[in-house]
Amino acid sequence: MKKLLIALVAFVPSLVFASGAAVHLDKANYDLTDKASLQNGAKLFMNYCSACHSTAHQRYQRVATDLGIPDELMKENLIFTDSKIGELMKNSMDKKDAAKWFGNTPLDLTLEARVRGADWIYTYLRSFYKDPTRPFGVNNAVFKDVAMPHVLEELQGIPTAVFETTVDADGVEHHEIIALESNEGGEMSSDEYDQAVLDLVNFLVYSGEPNKLERQNLGFWVIGFLIILFVLSYLLKKEYWRDIH
Amino acid sequence: MSNEPVNSGRRKFLTLTTGVVGGVGAAAVAVPFVKSWSPSEKAKAAGAPVSVDISKIQPGQLVRVEWRGKPVWVVSRTQKVIDELATLNDKLRDPDSAEPQQPEYATNPSRSLKPELLIAVGICTHLGCSPTYLPDSFGEQVEGVESGFFCPCHGSKFDMAGRVFQNVPAPLNLVIPPHYYVSDTQVLIGLDKGDA
Amino acid sequence: MLKKLVMGGIDWIDARIPMTETWNKHLAQYPTPVNFNFWYFFGSLAMLVLVNQILTGIWLTMHYNPSAEGAFASIEYIMRDVPYGWLLRYMHSTGASAFFVVIYLHMFRGLIYGSYQKPRELIWIFGMLIFLVLMAEAFMGYLLPWGQMSFWGAQVIISLFGAIPFIGDDLTLWIRGDYVISGATLNRFFALHVVALPLALVALVFLHIVALHEVGSNNPDGVEIKQKKGTVSEEAKGKFTFHKQYSSKKDIMDAVPFHPYFTVKDIMGVSFFLICFAAVIFFIPEGGGFFLEPPNFEAANGLKTPEHIAPVWYYTPYYAILRAIPDKLIGVVFFGGSIAILFLLPWLDRCKVKSIRYRSLAHKINITQFTICFIVLGYLGAVAATPLYTIIAQIASVGYFGFFIALFIYSKNEKTKPLPTRLTH
Repeated sequence: MKKLLIALVAFVPSLVFASGAAVHLDKANYDLTDKASLQNGAKLFMNYCSACHSTAHQRYQRVATDLGIPDELMKENLIFTDSKIGELMKNSMDKKDAAKWFGNTPLDLTLEARVRGADWIYTYLRSFYKDPTRPFGVNNAVFKDVAMPHVLEELQGIPTAVFETTVDADGVEHHEIIALESNEGGEMSSDEYDQAVLDLVNFLVYSGEPNKLERQNLGFWVIGFLIILFVLSYLLKKEYWRDIH
Repeated sequence: MSNEPVNSGRRKFLTLTTGVVGGVGAAAVAVPFVKSWSPSEKAKAAGAPVSVDISKIQPGQLVRVEWRGKPVWVVSRTQKVIDELATLNDKLRDPDSAEPQQPEYATNPSRSLKPELLIAVGICTHLGCSPTYLPDSFGEQVEGVESGFFCPCHGSKFDMAGRVFQNVPAPLNLVIPPHYYVSDTQVLIGLDKGDA
Repeated sequence: MLKKLVMGGIDWIDARIPMTETWNKHLAQYPTPVNFNFWYFFGSLAMLVLVNQILTGIWLTMHYNPSAEGAFASIEYIMRDVPYGWLLRYMHSTGASAFFVVIYLHMFRGLIYGSYQKPRELIWIFGMLIFLVLMAEAFMGYLLPWGQMSFWGAQVIISLFGAIPFIGDDLTLWIRGDYVISGATLNRFFALHVVALPLALVALVFLHIVALHEVGSNNPDGVEIKQKKGTVSEEAKGKFTFHKQYSSKKDIMDAVPFHPYFTVKDIMGVSFFLICFAAVIFFIPEGGGFFLEPPNFEAANGLKTPEHIAPVWYYTPYYAILRAIPDKLIGVVFFGGSIAILFLLPWLDRCKVKSIRYRSLAHKINITQFTICFIVLGYLGAVAATPLYTIIAQIASVGYFGFFIALFIYSKNEKTKPLPTRLTH
């Protein structure tokens, strides 16, 4: 038994590492209890992302309620389609048009934070850089040759990548990005931009599992209850087994 | 030589306590199972209150809207129809709306907030068919009454306030849904005023 | 008054079906070895998890939409729109992994204490059938969320049947009912997952327990509690009476009635298990990507394979064996063989002593190396293959099968320790 446990403890971290080892990801310190951050994230999402990306598994109403946004405000400022507030957050982009413009249909992002992880999105949105060879003039250090423009350019500007060129034993040159330099072309400072992206990530983490906080709160009660039950059943077992020992 | 355990006080106490705590736990586990049968957010969204523009309804016209999957009628009543309502009492089963088939504010002779508009769920209280609106040929069903509703399934008859006539299968008046006037031209069906 | 009414009611029922008789025979007067240790919790826990799966499963079918168009969205509908749907779903998804945790530990218990040996071969066979049906059940259930892993996992496993000579391609086509995994596949898997296999599972569990109660439980000493009539002292018989079905032909030593002694003990085990179970459900429902894999939060897409396909953790040991062999047909043969050989365990082990406590050092080493190989294979099956990993997987596969071969050889004339005359506790 002990052996089994040790083996598990030894193996698990390496497995987790193995699945995401390719690029270094920055830690996204999101906070699901921060309503202001979630509201800002929702605003950014609806303004910059929702034209192409839907979050079609969640409803406007639920987002409004959970994030503390009054229904009227939600309807006026965050619903850009002719949807009613109780409806799913689909978008109005035609799938065929999208495929023509981007080469493929933009993903639904409801669960993106559960597919990629918060850290990945956080790093990805801060990793666009100027690359005139690409159709949209930008490339991404996390997602190479991504078929997506830098939608937050207005906020961040377009950074330039600093490459390091190495020559391996076979004489082949390798270009590796070692840093991204901001061109100060956006409305936000670098710190403000990081915070904005973090808010956006926070919103996407929320969207991925809106019940997360409720789940954890309930969990404390359930486990507290079960510990009481365990103590009682332990005493009961001991009491009965006095007959035998 | 018995399998009966020694019933000390401590043992009794522990058995009872564990039993009660375990029972509470089992009941708590039942909660998600039971609650999952309540209407989902999808059902609630589909059953959300419906707003109707009443400015374009012609006198005598019936407008059918869907609320919670059921037909709701919005009927514009002419003064003649309104006057007629008062004369029918002895032909009706429940002329004073004693049965709770309507909100408090519609427990009046015209069963409405505004006499000139009838708002009712168009489902017969007998077995759930939707009655037919007969604006000027209702006299064939009830002599001397010009307009009303006739259920084609089992022949139940209702007047222009949704009140059921005597000697038909339907037991109750038509249901008046909760509603209120948002403005002079808008009525919201599905919500009482102040519940918004 | 109330007591009289209850007693009268019980008599009324007993005159019609053997309720009290069954209660006594299988619980209140069922002889259970007194020396059961924690390994013996996992049988009752498996029952608990089975009940959990059936109940949450029934409730999930009330909201799930088994169609290629609607399946993925209906899972999110359950997770968001259905009141407490998320809890039912996590109970079911965590329950699936918990089932295998419990069953693997239960099987390991049988392995170390020789519970598969004569006269318990049929209990083991029924148990293995339960394990087999459970694997099919879990595999088909995993397709239902219609995520990327659901789709591509099913694709890979169904393709395995393609390795069968002559009929392989037709067989895979028949299983899928389409040229790719499609709505047709989903519908048949759904039917099997929610109706056919659970029925088989419940029937097999019933048979497993009938067979167990016929011969009685083994125990950590591997010494039978049922001895020849007249050979057991009054002191060893103890103070309890057991049902005449057990005590009329045999003398029973060192046993206690299942109820209340093991009911209270199992309740304690259940409470502890539930703490762990709830901890996963409420705090780590993804199980670190093992119980719910991240790519499965993306809807199935037949044109795009995820970067790394790994089966759910409970299949990974066999999957690693499959991958370790550089030939499709032979790989599939060994893949199937790794399960099939477990069925033969009662006949491969020719030793008369059951428990590892009294068996040879060779046996202890053999079981240890088997356990290590199994875990190593489980790990390797979950990660992307590299040349080094493939070699390790090959070595571990040899260890896996070697366990059975070695067992067959040394168990014939194994040097065992003397068995105790009474159970030790």
